[in-house]
Amino acid sequence: MIYDFFTNLFNNQIIGIIISAALPLLLFILPFVLVAVLMERKVSAHMQDRLGPMRVGYHGILQTVADLLKLLQKEDIVADVNDKPLFNLAPVIVFAGSYAAFAAIPFTGAYIGSNVDLGIIYIIAATGLVVAGILMSGWASNNKYTLLGAMRSAAQIISYEIPTILVVLSLIMITGTMNLETLSQMQTGYFWNWMILGGPGTGLDKFLFIPFTVIGFLVIYISTLAEVNRTPFDIPEAESELVSGYHTEYSGMKFSIFFLAEYANMFAVSAIVATLFFGGYQSPFGYLGNTLGAHWLIPIEQFFWFTVKGVFFVFVQMWLRWTLPRLRVDQLMAVCWKYLIPIAFVNLIIIGLITVL
Amino acid sequence: MALKTEEMILNMGPQHPSTHGVLRLELQLEGELIVNIIPHIGYLHRCFEKHAEAMTYPQVIPYTDRMDYLASMYNEFGYALAVEKLAGIEVPERVEYIRVIMGELQRIASHLVAIGTYGADIGAFTPFLFCFRDREKILSLFEMTCGARLLYNYIWIGGVSHDLHPDFLRLTKEFIDYFRPKIKELNDLLSYNKIFIERTANVGILPLDVAINYGITGPMLRASGMKWDLRKDDPYSVYDKFDYDIPVGDGRMGTVGDSWDRYFVRVLEMEESLKIIEQAIANIPEGDVTSAIPKRVKPPVGQVYSRVENPRGELGYFIMSNGTPNPLRIKVRGPSFVNLAVINELCKNLLVADVITILGSIDIVLGEVDR
Repeated sequence: MIYDFFTNLFNNQIIGIIISAALPLLLFILPFVLVAVLMERKVSAHMQDRLGPMRVGYHGILQTVADLLKLLQKEDIVADVNDKPLFNLAPVIVFAGSYAAFAAIPFTGAYIGSNVDLGIIYIIAATGLVVAGILMSGWASNNKYTLLGAMRSAAQIISYEIPTILVVLSLIMITGTMNLETLSQMQTGYFWNWMILGGPGTGLDKFLFIPFTVIGFLVIYISTLAEVNRTPFDIPEAESELVSGYHTEYSGMKFSIFFLAEYANMFAVSAIVATLFFGGYQSPFGYLGNTLGAHWLIPIEQFFWFTVKGVFFVFVQMWLRWTLPRLRVDQLMAVCWKYLIPIAFVNLIIIGLITVL
Repeated sequence: MALKTEEMILNMGPQHPSTHGVLRLELQLEGELIVNIIPHIGYLHRCFEKHAEAMTYPQVIPYTDRMDYLASMYNEFGYALAVEKLAGIEVPERVEYIRVIMGELQRIASHLVAIGTYGADIGAFTPFLFCFRDREKILSLFEMTCGARLLYNYIWIGGVSHDLHPDFLRLTKEFIDYFRPKIKELNDLLSYNKIFIERTANVGILPLDVAINYGITGPMLRASGMKWDLRKDDPYSVYDKFDYDIPVGDGRMGTVGDSWDRYFVRVLEMEESLKIIEQAIANIPEGDVTSAIPKRVKPPVGQVYSRVENPRGELGYFIMSNGTPNPLRIKVRGPSFVNLAVINELCKNLLVADVITILGSIDIVLGEVDR
């Protein structure tokens, strides 16, 4: 939609593509990362009886801006032993992978980067690119710690994609669509139309779905935690073992791109979970714009609800991170292969049976 | 036929977030499995024992502070006891009580660091800061008493440098009331956390016979199931006047002597220390704390070995005197140094992540390993 708008405005496809591709980065991801980094520091601080950043601006609200400026000034160190082309390319690929996911996420009913019919499958495929970037960075750094981190990360992300996909499949069975925009439209109305509460249906099967969609939600949430390397699955970055994992050797802007990608990824998976199970941008109880008759208000409200849901799940990620210890590599794999995949698979079969009946 | 793969040598430390100082471990890995560990020590060697030969007896005390810098009070305590034994100095009872209170507060502070950093090693960062917050209160008590927060020079030969602050006993009581619920909070947050148990139970099991062969002491030995504590088994100072337990590892979450036991013995010991402090506060006599401090310490010719139960194990001082104000030789038997030796035995065929777990559960202080 945005793409069509700008293409018509400038009468030029390329300008339309560039603008519509850059918009979410400039208008959403960068501001979100600035807020999220501060939020992480404040959330962790208050959980730990501290105050967190207090000096820059009121209660430290400008701390991330200051940190960002500092990072921009830092020397960009590339060691002689690094594999330079791969080393330079890796952060870009990692960021491209997590950024590409935003193309298919519907922010409001009025804005979606690209309304592809295979939306959810596209997102899973695009985020798969992150693994390549991480492996490249770990290898190109020419450091044993980064290599270990990258190997762990690759194994972890690939393994945890399986339960994610199984849960997504079960949702596709219920809704019959892979298009996230359509999926969001289906969950309109009140919160009992959300997929976690059985979806928009009205019959008996809606109530039969509820326990299994809840299980599906738990499985996919745990898997997404692992996919974005958050505690208790932050093994690739396990500070106490691997110093800082695959991005140990990076500094300056390249490091900040990894950082940006991490937080962008956190929001992306949270937004996907919200879209799949919690109605996406839909309001839980009708729109103010409808009652007032001001229809221009609806996209703004939708954007508000979308952000609130996304940020809530990001908050839960932070909450878990500052509460739980970290699993060991073999335990992490055991969680995936021995618990999540069988649960997701049985869940898929049961949902399939209910759908057929 | 199995393929012979090349072993990878991973150098952990001396600059590494989890080696608790400047320990360097040379890990021989096969994949992520440990084949062999070679610890390299000495990055923090400061010639304490040689230095001590050039000092007079009281001048050595600040150097003992700098050995196990997380348990400075107890190092001074042990040294003062050794010299008093050698020189035959009787100290007033109030001094003994003050020393016990300080020593046990120091034990809690030291265990808080051990527990907190252990949590951080395993990835739980919040308990780390909770522990440091509580340790801060103990350090404030120390600061109030002698002006220093880490390296005190408080326990002198024959006495202590200052009497207690008038508010000290009241504030210590308040601290005890404050701290008891915090131990429970710590248990809820970390000790009984499922992931924490998964990471530590049945990891790095230290059988009792191995522990005894290696000369392990302190919480590590007790976690392996032996009730051995010098405060009970070779009482010094006024420890025989108090009623307290010696917690031992019981393999509640796995096997006796695993990392979880080593961790939990420390948690239980904090509670026992609180008991000792409570009783000491209730019974502390009045008196002059500096009356027995000699003008010049000049022990007769002879030698002495005196040992105390430091937060990490048996801290022994061997002192040889030739009748001059300077010691002829001081040898320290440091618990961290002896306990560290067993790491290769514990880590075989485990993962890299387990090395961190086990190293944290040994609880070394490099200042004392290297001295």
